[in-house]
Amino acid sequence: MSVSKQVLSQYEMVIGLEVHVELKTQTKIFCGCSTAFGAEPNSQCCPVCTGMPGSLPVLNQKAVEYAVKAGLALNCQIAHFSKFDRKNYFYPDLPKAYQISQYDRPLCEHGYLDIETENGSKRIGITRIHLEEDAGKLIHDRNNGTLIDCNRCGVPLIEIVSEPDIRSADEAKAYVKKLRTLLLYAGVSDCKMNEGSLRCDVNLSVRRKGETAFGVRNEMKNINSFTFIGKAIAYEFERQVQEIESGHEILQQTRRYDQQTGKTYAMRMKESQSDYRFFPEPDLPSVILTDAQIEKIRESLPVMPDERKQRYQNLFGLSSIMAEWMVEDKDLADYFEQVCSYKVDYALAANLMQAEILTRYMEDVKIPIAAEHFAQICMMLADETINNATARKIIVALWEQDCDAKAYVAEHGLTQISDPVVLGKAADEAIVADERSVQAYLAGKDAAAQALIGKAIKMTCGKGNPRLIREIVMQKLLQKKTCSDSDI
Amino acid sequence: MNHEIVTYSIQQLSKLLTKRELSSVEITKAYLEQIEQRDKMIGAYLTVCADEAILQAERIDKRRLDGEELSVLSGIAIGIKDNICTKGIRTTCGSKMLENFIPPYDAHVVKMLNKAGTVLLGKQNLDEFGMGSTTEHSAFGCTKNPHDISRIPGGSSGGGAAAVAANMAACSIGSDTGGSVRFPAAMCGMVGIKPTYGAISRNGLVAFASSLDQIGVMTKTVMDAAMLLSVIIGKDPADATSVVHPDVDFLSGLHQGVSGMKIALPEAYFGKSISPAVKNAVLDAAKKLQQMGARVEMVHLASTDAALSAYYIISSAECSSNLARFDGVRYGYRATGYVDMEDLYIKSRNEGFGDEVKRRVMLGTFVLSEGHYEAYYHRAMQAKAAVCREFADVFSQYDLILTPTAPMTAWQFGKKNSPTEIYSSDLCTVPVNLAGLPAISLPCGWDADGMPIGMQLIGKAFDEKTLLRAGYVWEQEGSR
Repeated sequence: MSVSKQVLSQYEMVIGLEVHVELKTQTKIFCGCSTAFGAEPNSQCCPVCTGMPGSLPVLNQKAVEYAVKAGLALNCQIAHFSKFDRKNYFYPDLPKAYQISQYDRPLCEHGYLDIETENGSKRIGITRIHLEEDAGKLIHDRNNGTLIDCNRCGVPLIEIVSEPDIRSADEAKAYVKKLRTLLLYAGVSDCKMNEGSLRCDVNLSVRRKGETAFGVRNEMKNINSFTFIGKAIAYEFERQVQEIESGHEILQQTRRYDQQTGKTYAMRMKESQSDYRFFPEPDLPSVILTDAQIEKIRESLPVMPDERKQRYQNLFGLSSIMAEWMVEDKDLADYFEQVCSYKVDYALAANLMQAEILTRYMEDVKIPIAAEHFAQICMMLADETINNATARKIIVALWEQDCDAKAYVAEHGLTQISDPVVLGKAADEAIVADERSVQAYLAGKDAAAQALIGKAIKMTCGKGNPRLIREIVMQKLLQKKTCSDSDI
Repeated sequence: MNHEIVTYSIQQLSKLLTKRELSSVEITKAYLEQIEQRDKMIGAYLTVCADEAILQAERIDKRRLDGEELSVLSGIAIGIKDNICTKGIRTTCGSKMLENFIPPYDAHVVKMLNKAGTVLLGKQNLDEFGMGSTTEHSAFGCTKNPHDISRIPGGSSGGGAAAVAANMAACSIGSDTGGSVRFPAAMCGMVGIKPTYGAISRNGLVAFASSLDQIGVMTKTVMDAAMLLSVIIGKDPADATSVVHPDVDFLSGLHQGVSGMKIALPEAYFGKSISPAVKNAVLDAAKKLQQMGARVEMVHLASTDAALSAYYIISSAECSSNLARFDGVRYGYRATGYVDMEDLYIKSRNEGFGDEVKRRVMLGTFVLSEGHYEAYYHRAMQAKAAVCREFADVFSQYDLILTPTAPMTAWQFGKKNSPTEIYSSDLCTVPVNLAGLPAISLPCGWDADGMPIGMQLIGKAFDEKTLLRAGYVWEQEGSR
């Protein structure tokens, strides 16, 4: 495709996202089967899952609770009355040939979430959240043809529909990222894109900047990573602009994003799309929620990231960026708060976490260093018992095998050396050993001093107090400078 | 002896069993013999479980001999409509689509009956998936009326009603979506009751129209119906629309009569479409009930006409969705020689379903389609609401409503061919399903051809007790 940057810049994209999220209830939405991922095909299904004649759905109240929780986490209004409807269509992964979903009375409506953009905070509206059942999976087998795995049939899903408020790929990614963070906080889903527990459909249209009417939108189905969301949007934006620039009409289509080619391909025209013949599900009573029930669910929500971020900025004095980074992962933020409960220097703890924990941290794996021990490291750093290099060394060691950090320092003789005599000797040795850096410094290259400081620290086996070493080395270099100046 | 056994009511059989004057094996064998002799002619059964039935009976007899205290239904031999799932026993729904379908589980009602110790004689014929009023729409041949085999037995639970009438079962379990228990009971001169929607779990009943379907029973006597209902009514956690019934003690108070009861006679149910013989018989019954102490008054029910159309729209809409799962993919009939997925669906459904089912699936698909939903489905739901309101109005002043069960008596095969003409025979029964109310059909005389006439008593929701009480005294005093 060849659309110049200049032409592209005359257009803007309008994006709305539909995100499907599997709720992490123990059992399915309409029966007692397990929802665990990755089991032997068809080992987790019953007559209800497989749509056997005579089987009936019974609503799992936990799924309602989780959906409401998600709605509250996304600032939605929760419906006191909602109901289920049947969405009728034929497909082999849908055993009943209808999906039990919600049509005109969804559980949650009128919500929003805030994302951080280049231009500051932006609010993205959430139109609705409804509860529905997942379909099964088709497995295309070379020898046996297409096989159906019904394990996923009936796994509870929420579909979160955003307003068309998103204007760039970055905003779309930030939206999904924030959505994910909020849902993880609420504890309603594990939101794993690679396992399909968070799936994203992108609706995109383009228009000339300044126009208020929407263009014809295309829907891209099931994009399963942040990278692909970005790439699919970029491609589709350019494609639509090119169509318009070439004088073609944009056709309303459902398109598939191909990860290999990075392109989108038309799957079907929207016009020829089946009529789902929605009607109220007669097998299920309406869902009635009282204020008291909704409040009880609200109370079960933890402190949400936006509130936490505020607190970190106000109480702990973290920068907006640092606070945002910290609250993005609830486990990390929880850990941070535990560390802070030991009265450490909050900014120092945050910085050390960002430098040393984030690089090693993996989602869903518990940080192996007890918060108390990490707090000890922070405190030893603050009172200069150890230096940064030592702190890293300790973290590496404790990551492997956790133990009392203070004891570890004592046992391995890692206490920082602050004796001016010892440090002076180290500085002298460094200066003697690296005449070239000394000459470079004297010739006016200030940066050369850094090499000498590093060398001096090395002479102390990394235990020297870097602040003091720096002072001493600089002092000695300064002396040399004055001497050489007076020589002239 | 066998000849006599099969004519007994459940109540009589139960007494003899308790006194050990009769064994369940004897009863079961008597019915099996009767089936052997008569069913070739009648065609009430699709599957007869002779060996299993005798085994079941032997087990019950042994338990009784061991001194175990058993339920009043223990050892009673029954038949079940073939759209109710029976574990390990073929359940066809009268359809080629499920000709070889063997359910992996028992319907809730079957579980309750098994627990009570009944013996299953076999699975009974029906209009395909319960859609029809004559049992002519079974893929496996029609059932004939035991009173005159040239006539229809009614439907869709025609096999069940005919089996009881021909002494081939002590009772039958059926399903009633728009009259499918009451109508054939009336045509065959039996008692048929459809309880309140939600009273009996639908779990395991293959759905036709989920918001209207309800399991019911066909018996020789009202007492038998009361005994059966006591066992099968109750909340089932596996059916979200089932509820806790407030009063299931149907036997106490059965003898209290109708004195002081207020019975409404809606004039709309005695109009032109009702045959004179039926009209006279039911009006006679009204007089007799009055003589027995009830107060009977004419009332106005305006929405009756709209009810029939509303019923056919709602039931067809739901059936189009409920029957969509029969697509040849997972179970049931699969066509051969298809070229792709779409072709597999089309061929399997085209070959697997009969005409009446196809007619309703198409009608239901149409009324739910974009652009038609408002005009049909939505309006039908409004009509349904109106029917409910009107019934509620009447029941604010009356205890029961008395109507004919059907506008006519059983007609001869081939006499009615137009679907809409046959649909209109459901005129008196469908409003009850729309409103979810309980109703009983009771024999109330014979027409000039010697065919039985049925009258219908409709009760308040969950007031089966009053229905049974009135039915019982009618049976004891009125119908003679």
